[in-house]
Amino acid sequence: MNAVWLVMISVSIVFAMFTGNLEAFTKSIFEGAKSAVEISLFLLGIVSVWMGITRILEDSGLIYRIAHLFKPLVSRLFRNVPDDHPSISAMTLNILANLFGLGNAATPLGIKAMQELDALNPEKGTVTFEMMVFIVLNTASIQLIPFSVIGLLASYGAKNPAAVVLPVLVATLTSALAALAILFAFRKVFK
Amino acid sequence: MIEAVNHVSLLLIPAFILFAVVYGALKKVDVYDSFVAGAREGPQIILKIFPYLLAIFIAIKGFQASGAFDFIRNAFHGMFSFTNVPLEVMSMAIVKPLSGSAATALFTDIIRTIGVDSTATRIAAIIMGSAETTFYVLAVYLGSVNIRNTRYLVPVCLAGDVVGIVIAIWVA
Repeated sequence: MNAVWLVMISVSIVFAMFTGNLEAFTKSIFEGAKSAVEISLFLLGIVSVWMGITRILEDSGLIYRIAHLFKPLVSRLFRNVPDDHPSISAMTLNILANLFGLGNAATPLGIKAMQELDALNPEKGTVTFEMMVFIVLNTASIQLIPFSVIGLLASYGAKNPAAVVLPVLVATLTSALAALAILFAFRKVFK
Repeated sequence: MIEAVNHVSLLLIPAFILFAVVYGALKKVDVYDSFVAGAREGPQIILKIFPYLLAIFIAIKGFQASGAFDFIRNAFHGMFSFTNVPLEVMSMAIVKPLSGSAATALFTDIIRTIGVDSTATRIAAIIMGSAETTFYVLAVYLGSVNIRNTRYLVPVCLAGDVVGIVIAIWVA
């Protein structure tokens, strides 16, 4: 991320100098800061709600039962996660929320999954392979029905807004598989 | 099919919360106290995420405002002119991993200017539905556990995005 950030910031400033967009650039810094505050406040609400609900799951033991139920499904992808570990429940619930397009539940549950995966991390501050698999699954955004896209198409009077469902599903599944394949290939190379 | 999924997704969260609290109560858990104790972790997590979000957001906004984004988009469009992919779709492909709100704005712009039943709209819709705002996900998830060494995660995610966009254009 250090390289990405350095390149983005310095390229932007050099560009702004040559294109006369310096004022716009400076303004955009403060707009970016404002967006970060707004999104953080929004996240503060929904993340706290889901931390509360998942704590009930932990205290009642339900989180271990859910983990036990879904262990067979995720064990091939997450080999270093112990049986019935809470991270399995958080990851499964996150993927289910993603499938049904419930972003407001998916992100907090994903954060919960990261906390649980970090509890297994022997080297804090360094990403584990399990975390990478989980993040790659999330950036592929696997969902059954892209409701927001269909909604937008419908509101502009598309003839058949639901026609995008199948291509989106094909695109999202193949790109998820491809991203996982790339990740596993990288592991072979960098081990 | 879409109706059915819509119903399930409307029902899922309320049903899950009901199940969680009833199951907890049956297991003699003080559900109110548990909820409050869990929710107390929220602010600490957000405090960890905030500086990462801030760094990503000013970089992305600055990149767009400086004109660097337009330059790169035009360069890409020139490089891939043989594919006949519309310029707007090229913007979509570059914007989507960076910013969700910018992608939505661009999508409605494509619908309005090119037409709701056009090929460009179709490709853009598939990109909208199948790609995620990668940098936001990275900032939030990695930030929440203070990950500084990301190993090879960023190149893998970006390669995944490229594959996703190629597939989106291909299936459209």
